[in-house]
Amino acid sequence: MRMIRPRDLDGALDALASNPGATLLAGGTDLMVEVNLQHRRPETVIALRRLGELRERDQRFIGAGVTWRELVADAPPALAELARTVGSPQIRAAGTLGGNLGTASPAGDALPFLAISDARVVLASLDGLRELRWDEFLTGPKTNARRGTELILGVAFPDLSGARQAAAKVGVRQAMVISSVSCGVLRAEDGTTRVAMGAVGPTVLRIPEAEELLAGVDVPQATMLAEFEQRVRDGVAPITDHRATAEYRRHAAGVLARRTLERCLNG
Amino acid sequence: MIVTLTVNGEPRTAEVAGFESLLWLLRERLDLRGAKDACQQGECGSCSVVLDGELVCSCLVMAADAEGAEVTTVEGLGDPEHLHPVQQAFVDHGAVQCGYCTPGLVVAVAHLLETRPQASADELREALAGNLCRCTGYGAILRATTSLLSDRDTSVGSDASERGGRPS
Repeated sequence: MRMIRPRDLDGALDALASNPGATLLAGGTDLMVEVNLQHRRPETVIALRRLGELRERDQRFIGAGVTWRELVADAPPALAELARTVGSPQIRAAGTLGGNLGTASPAGDALPFLAISDARVVLASLDGLRELRWDEFLTGPKTNARRGTELILGVAFPDLSGARQAAAKVGVRQAMVISSVSCGVLRAEDGTTRVAMGAVGPTVLRIPEAEELLAGVDVPQATMLAEFEQRVRDGVAPITDHRATAEYRRHAAGVLARRTLERCLNG
Repeated sequence: MIVTLTVNGEPRTAEVAGFESLLWLLRERLDLRGAKDACQQGECGSCSVVLDGELVCSCLVMAADAEGAEVTTVEGLGDPEHLHPVQQAFVDHGAVQCGYCTPGLVVAVAHLLETRPQASADELREALAGNLCRCTGYGAILRATTSLLSDRDTSVGSDASERGGRPS
C-alpha cells in the first residue's frame, strides 16, 4: 500500500491526477472498518485530514472535512439533528460530511438533509470545479458520480433561513446504530414542503406525492396528516435486511415522516 | 513505512505495514497494551485514545495517517503509583469487572472532564455511549464518573436511574 499525505488541496489534486481512482481517506470510520475486516486492500491511499481547505464553511456551504461533532454544534437544524444521531462521540469526532457522501450508503446520515435542501455536491480536480445536484451525485447504493481524479470539496445549499426543518431516524437502539429509516422534512413559509427518506431505497428518496399534498396548505388537518403518512408509506422502496424488514421500514417511514412534519408545523 | 508521532508526550518512531491501525501500532509496535483490541469496527470504544485533542477509536485510524499526530493513551494518564483521578474513582467505586473496557472508559472520562467539566448527567451518558461494558457494569462506572463532575446535583447512579434509565 502506498500512502500519500498531501498538505493542501493543490497537493491532493496533484496526487489524484497522478493516481486516478486512488482510495480517499478522511475520518476512517467507514474505510478502516472494511480494511480491518479485510474486505478492502487499497493500493494507493490519499489521506485528507491535513487539508484546511476542506474545513471551510459559511451559511451556504460546508466543507467535506467538517466532522459530525462540528455539525452537531453548528449546522442547519436538520443536519445538526442528523449529525447528533451518528455513532458515538468517538465516531462523530472522526467521521466527516465528505466521507458520508463518498460512502453514499442508502442509510448515510447526512443525506436526508442534502435532499430537503436541494444541495449541490462540489467536486474539485485539476480541471476545475464541478457541481452536481444531490440526486445527480448519488447514483445508487454505495455508488456516486465522483470521477477518479476528483475530490469532494463540500456541499453547497440555498439560504434556508425562512423555512422550518427537522430530521429524525429510527434504529434498533439509541446510540451506535445505523438507520433502519431516516427522515428529513423542510417546510417553507409559503407552504412548500419537502420530505426525504433514507435507508428505504437505493439512495435517499424525496416523496413528491406527499410533498404535493401539503404544498400551499396553511394548516394541515388531521386527515391530511394521515394521508401524508400514507403517501410516504406508498412512496418508499425498502428492502428486508439484517437491520429491519421491508414491512417494518415502510410502516416506520410513514410514522417518522408524519412526526417530523408535525415538529416543523408546531415548532 | 516509517511513522513518527508523539505518544504520551514522547516522540516515537515505528515501522508500520500498509493496513495497520493506530491501535496495532500502539500495541504491537510500541508495546503499549492499554488500549484494547476488541471489535475493530469502532463499535465498542475499548481502543479509545486522544488523537490531536479528539477522542477517537484507534482501530479506525490508519497508522500511516498518524504521522505527526499527538496521541494520549491510558498509559499517559497515570501509573500504579500515581493513579489519575479517573482511575482512582474507578477503584473507589468498584467500577471494574472483567476490565477489558476500563482503559477505553478511563481515557473517555478523562477527556470529558478536560473538555466539558460542567457536563450534566445526560451529557455524561451521551459522552460514554461509545464505550461498551459487556459485563454491564454501568451503574458503578456512572457513579465513579459522576463523583468527578463539578455538577454533582444529578441523579446519575441513583437506584432509580439504574433501573429505569437507559444509555443515550
